[in-house]
Amino acid sequence: MSALKIKKGATSHSAYNLRPNFSDVEERHTLAVLVENEPGVLARVIGLFAGRGYNIESLTVAEVDHTGHQSRITIVTIGTPQTINQICAQLGRIVTVHEVHDLTVEGRAVERELALFKVAGKGDDRMEMLRLADVFRANVVDSTLESFTFEITGTSEKIDAFADLMRPIGLVEMARTGIAALSRGEV
Amino acid sequence: MSAKTMTGAKMVVQALIDQGVDTVFGYPGGAVLPIYDEIFQQNSIKHILVRHEQGAVHAAEGYARSTGKVGVALVTSGPGATNAVTGLTDALMDSIPIIVLTGQVPTFMIGSDAFQEADTVGITRPCTKHNWLVKETDQLSGVIHEAFHVATSGRPGPVLVDIPKDVQFASGSYNKAQPAKSHYQPQVKGDIDGITDLVTAIEKAKKPLFYTGGGVINSGPAASQLLRELVEATGFPITSTLMGLGAYPASGDKWIGMLGMHGLYEANMAMHDCDLMINIGARFDDRITGVIEKFSPNSIKAHIDIDPSSINKVIRTDIAIIGDVAHVLEDLLKVWKSRGRKTNAEKVGKWWDEITTWKKINCLAYTQDKKTIKPQHALARLEALTKDRKDRYITTEVGQHQMWAAQYLGFEDPNHWMTSGGLGTMGYGHPASIGVQMAHPDALVINIAGEASWLMNMQEMGTAVQYRLPVKQFILNNERLGMVRQWQELLHGERYSSSWSESLPDFVKLAEAFGAKGILCSDPADLDDAIMEMINHDGPVIFDCLVEKHENCFPMIPSGKAHNDMLLGDADTQGVIDAKGSVLV
Ligand SMILES: Cc1ncc(C[n+]2csc(CCOP(=O)(O)OP(=O)(O)O)c2C)c(N)n1
Ligand SMILES: [Mg+2]
Repeated sequence: MSALKIKKGATSHSAYNLRPNFSDVEERHTLAVLVENEPGVLARVIGLFAGRGYNIESLTVAEVDHTGHQSRITIVTIGTPQTINQICAQLGRIVTVHEVHDLTVEGRAVERELALFKVAGKGDDRMEMLRLADVFRANVVDSTLESFTFEITGTSEKIDAFADLMRPIGLVEMARTGIAALSRGEV
Repeated sequence: MSAKTMTGAKMVVQALIDQGVDTVFGYPGGAVLPIYDEIFQQNSIKHILVRHEQGAVHAAEGYARSTGKVGVALVTSGPGATNAVTGLTDALMDSIPIIVLTGQVPTFMIGSDAFQEADTVGITRPCTKHNWLVKETDQLSGVIHEAFHVATSGRPGPVLVDIPKDVQFASGSYNKAQPAKSHYQPQVKGDIDGITDLVTAIEKAKKPLFYTGGGVINSGPAASQLLRELVEATGFPITSTLMGLGAYPASGDKWIGMLGMHGLYEANMAMHDCDLMINIGARFDDRITGVIEKFSPNSIKAHIDIDPSSINKVIRTDIAIIGDVAHVLEDLLKVWKSRGRKTNAEKVGKWWDEITTWKKINCLAYTQDKKTIKPQHALARLEALTKDRKDRYITTEVGQHQMWAAQYLGFEDPNHWMTSGGLGTMGYGHPASIGVQMAHPDALVINIAGEASWLMNMQEMGTAVQYRLPVKQFILNNERLGMVRQWQELLHGERYSSSWSESLPDFVKLAEAFGAKGILCSDPADLDDAIMEMINHDGPVIFDCLVEKHENCFPMIPSGKAHNDMLLGDADTQGVIDAKGSVLV
């Protein structure tokens, strides 16, 4: 993986030309971190982000392999490419972290989030809510005479859009899971 | 696998024995009494009772650094564990393999704010490489074996095992080794493409420079041996960080001295001007780089490191090789030799001419008058009188004396220099010297100290006397927090806020109070005799060397400046650090 081909006479030129081209623009990356399911592993990961001043946009965690004691943490973070590289390397140093994947670099990943919305309303508003839910393929999971609770899955952008439409009608409360992500294609 | 049934407390001792441990530094308390009871009933492991848990951890570090083995400390729950935090952080910053075993309140009381309960794994999570709370006796031996594996594999570091008291009392099955192959297996062999790129760069470089660090020492004696071979064969100059001193001998003719904030003029100039920087086991620490934008602007940077997170962390690297130094250097030498051992000898010769001109500046020159001992002179004399002893081990505290020690003492071999680099922990050197002396009972172990640092862990004199450890505490007493005073002179208009040592003890009487020998020296004419008296005394010594109070440590790269912008002496140092530089530490 020699990305760097030392050119003839390169040593006499400015080394900066040879460096991997790190831009200073911040990017949003989704990381998948496979960890040993031991007490404290989440604290290690979160402590790393807090201690080194990295951003966490979203974080989800759950056991994915009971017999293998593995959990999968999905983290959405924002930083320059150099910072993102550093985050991956730092995660890799944690002894109970088995694998770190930058899904954004490894190819477009499937990203989904689930959200629950409680929306209050009467009369025409109720019709409007159901109409919007239909468009967004949200399901009603609970209802009273004056409210609906919807369940919606999709990309974070889709959930944001749904929230934006529900808010003026009477969005009371919302719970989001954060992103779960898998790389596309074959294994 | 042989599984024997025994108590958790016995398992701890058995696991240490099976891991080849001969010495444990520790301090008892309620939550580790069962382990102490087991220690009492065996003879394989020697327990050294320190006087403060911080001392136990630094002693374990000293032991580890001077032997290449794992250092072990044993402390009780709560305050015992919290007292260990500084040592753990120190070991983490300097990548020192140690194991700290802590007692914990019984599992059924965890979380109840029990007496001497502290969330030890929580507190130490950011200052250990890894830690474990063991809740079942059956898992205890496996965890301890894994702890040794983690402490020593990849980039070494401190680990902690927290053992509740009921787990120590309960019986379980003991395993002689790790239960299964550990998942943690860092890469040791370097990528051959990167190595080949580096060989190409070595063949072409006109102004090459080896910049080596503690990673060479951590990699083991073979790494230092291979480094020496590579340096001699290529004829390239070599500099090193504070942590790397001794990997290449100070008497070697390719050695151009330590680099960094208080590094030698020639070393820093070479760093600035080189066209190929070969970083071997160093981490571009800010004491080395100074201001990043001005750091060695025209060089290709190659970086060999076992820790992938060190690559591109601070300085962007052109040739990155992840692996263990010894493995990588072996392959590097193979490839370079097979391609005909080429270098651009003519250009490299010219590069040496430049370096020789810088050397002529003689940046370590000082003038010694007849009245007051200059700290540099004290060290120069100590060096002259001890340098022929192969068994000389030096530890230091933190401050000006530490930098002078690095400048004026020469190290011929790895593992003979123990200093707190990354954390800069005052109070490190004295307990570390005790750890070193335990590992090398007949060696000459000297702690170069400042009076302020030394007072931070002076209680360990009791340990030295109790175990007849003939450690020499060589205190350069300037009655100042000298390094702080120097910064206040440079940065804060000579307002010396709380940077002097008042009400100092009479160190000779203090030594005598502990049952050790005290020597006071203030006259330059007496210095040699006094040093010889210290060396020849068969027992611990406190040497109170009264030195010039206002001496500053040079060369110095002021904060915010480039390597080629060093201060060489007291010639007006006012206003050299601008506002931007003054926020840096
Ligand atoms: C535990 C700790 N506290 C504070 C400091 C900040 N500090 C660095 S050097 C120094 C002064 C050290 O004085 P001394 O040991 O007498 O050494 P000198 O510089 O005089 O040689 C201080 C306070 C530190 N490095 N470590
Ligand atoms: Mg002092």
